[in-house]
Amino acid sequence: MDILRIATAGSVDDGKSTLIGRLLYETNSITKDKIEALESASKRKGLDFLDLSLLTDGLIAEREQGITIDVAHIYFSTPTRKYIIADTPGHVEYTRNMVTGASNAKVSLILVDARQGVVEQTARHLSIAAMLRIPKVIICVNKMDLVQYQESTFNAIKDSLAELVAQTTFDGQEISFLPISSLYGQNITVNASEMPWFKGNTLLGELEAFEYASTLAHAPARFPVQFVVRPMTEAYHDFRGYAGKISSGTFKVGDAIRVLPTGQESTIATIEKFDTKLSQAIAGDSVTITLTTDVDISRGNTLVLASEVQPPQLKDFSAQVCWLDHTALSPGKTYLLQHGINTTKAKISQITERLDVATQRATEGVSSLQLNEIGTIALRTAQPISADQYAANPANGAFILIDEFSNSTVGVGFVK
Amino acid sequence: MQTIQDKIGHFPRQLEDESIYILREVAAQFERPALLFSGGKDSITLVRLAQKAFFPGKIPFPLVHIDTGHNFPETIEFRDWLAKETGAELIVRYVQDSINQGKATEESGKYASRNVLQTVTLLDTIEEFKFDACIGGARRDEEKARAKERIFSVRDDFGQWDAKRQRPELFDMLNGRIAVGENVRVFPISNWTELDVWNYIKEEKMEIPSIYYSHQRQVIERDGMLWADSEYLNKEADEIPFEATVRFRTVGDMTCTAAVASDATDIDVIIEEILSAEISERGARIDDKRSEAAMEKRKQQGYF
Ligand SMILES: Nc1nc2c(ncn2[C@@H]2O[C@H](COP(=O)(O)OP(=O)(O)O)[C@@H](O)[C@H]2O)c(=O)[nH]1
Ligand SMILES: [Mg+2]
Repeated sequence: MDILRIATAGSVDDGKSTLIGRLLYETNSITKDKIEALESASKRKGLDFLDLSLLTDGLIAEREQGITIDVAHIYFSTPTRKYIIADTPGHVEYTRNMVTGASNAKVSLILVDARQGVVEQTARHLSIAAMLRIPKVIICVNKMDLVQYQESTFNAIKDSLAELVAQTTFDGQEISFLPISSLYGQNITVNASEMPWFKGNTLLGELEAFEYASTLAHAPARFPVQFVVRPMTEAYHDFRGYAGKISSGTFKVGDAIRVLPTGQESTIATIEKFDTKLSQAIAGDSVTITLTTDVDISRGNTLVLASEVQPPQLKDFSAQVCWLDHTALSPGKTYLLQHGINTTKAKISQITERLDVATQRATEGVSSLQLNEIGTIALRTAQPISADQYAANPANGAFILIDEFSNSTVGVGFVK
Repeated sequence: MQTIQDKIGHFPRQLEDESIYILREVAAQFERPALLFSGGKDSITLVRLAQKAFFPGKIPFPLVHIDTGHNFPETIEFRDWLAKETGAELIVRYVQDSINQGKATEESGKYASRNVLQTVTLLDTIEEFKFDACIGGARRDEEKARAKERIFSVRDDFGQWDAKRQRPELFDMLNGRIAVGENVRVFPISNWTELDVWNYIKEEKMEIPSIYYSHQRQVIERDGMLWADSEYLNKEADEIPFEATVRFRTVGDMTCTAAVASDATDIDVIIEEILSAEISERGARIDDKRSEAAMEKRKQQGYF
């Protein structure tokens, strides 16, 4: 069974949590005890309807303030697939939590309040979806009930977004528009009785039909070594296996490989998954690989196919970043850069430009990047990293920046 | 007839790959990790994943059990069997010792349990062995506060979770860097649902403690639920034990896990029961019913 990961986006109060609650409700994914808990919590809040947003707003502070602060992960299944939904916060202040939720998503649901139309968060979230290269975006125009389900309002919002969408989107990204009411369940899993003018699919219909053909299995093969397995038991006296999760591409028994950054060469002897021996493994598989010859390989090395294009050994490079910390990014400062499982020191030599998300215009000559800002930086690492361009191979082109003193993750970067 | 697989599909193997990846990161990034083993199906699943992650090597961290003294005997028996079977190191620490040392006080009243007390013993055990990472079997679908937690969840030196200070966690990159005294709780099966776990147990033909299957047991009825009778349960005069055919859907202490009436003697029937259940798994956890925010409050105190 396959898994589809989805993330919500949009400004605060646009109805993200209500939409997810509704989706679960209509697919019978909420058990009776949870519905009863929602009923009593809604009553306590003095509401005369079932507040489905309470299903995902699980923190005490969130319930008190009636807002989403951090990502909630929600699960439901249909006979087609398993869905993992990240319900994210809408406040600019909590963008880092939104990015956390969106980073693994293949579909982004960007909500727009039908009464307000496009706001800055719409632009920010479209930019983030583009930055992360999320393959499908559904722009859900919500609260259609409050604009009498008018087609003209929906079309006006669609038109006003056309330019922004054209500026942010990339080749291969699917973008669609959907008029909905989360509160009244219009176009969520059943066609909207109130909007006969809309001829498209429902939200669930679109999700079920979405075929995400991962290109990762066909990208050049990359295998970062996470752990060296050396049992040193009698039965496995000389066993030396390299355990890891294949980031991209396909490895087969007998393939000639090269170890990066050392450049040593060898051949794959076995590919093992627990006690089964495989003839090949693809992107996403956690396996243990053994080689025909003794080579010195340790955690952080990357195995690639000798016959394929190899990732450059980057030491001085440029990347797009989204800053995630209250302390601004400042040039000259040293951070730890974690690329996949590999960590090295990195110095930011320059902030080349900052992106204004609303206008999609770049400003040059900026001296810092504040929390939630997106920009381009030049950086230099202590050790080279075997990274691909993010656009060409997303599984091997992203990194995080860690503050050496607070140990916190302060930024996310995408190799240009 | 429709089979279980027709209804719920095969176990999504991608989840297993992701969990194994997380376990390997723990072994590589930390000096003294431990796997917190409760004897329930989720931690049994973790042990299975750890076996796979390091095969043919042994599990490179100990299994740690915080024994409340109120465990089902079947759980303890299973724990010892599993440790032997996998060759993993087993460390057991007792809540009773914390009580004897005056660090924890037994609760009173008919709802008394040792669920909250075990946090004291857990934090002491972490300190005793200087564990820097503790792996747990919590899943995000279990409870609304859990739904908010990261896979690497940083705790301060009192084991406390601060929801507002959670680190961004992007793609599959796990940042396990911590200051001295802090530790990380790691949840490799965060993205599994109850059904995924059962489906995995089925496909992997895993052994689980016998109390997950239907059996005869002395129970009392309280608050519309069946509670296992035992010397640890504080009963009121009108709570008279009777025999029933039950099984457990989730396994915690005898004092805080409710049984369900069931004839399910094999895993397919268990899965059928879950599919048609009107209440969620945690609905049978009496410890969660204390208040709407029971879980979040316990986590702030250092609970799993
Ligand atoms: N009228 C109407 N109200 C809605 C709709 N969707 C959400 N709301 C309300 O909008 C408010 C914010 O919803 P919530 O889901 O918390 O928004 P979030 O901040 O985007 O997660 C709540 O009071 C909802 O009941 C809708 O389709 N129609
Ligand atoms: Mg919300």
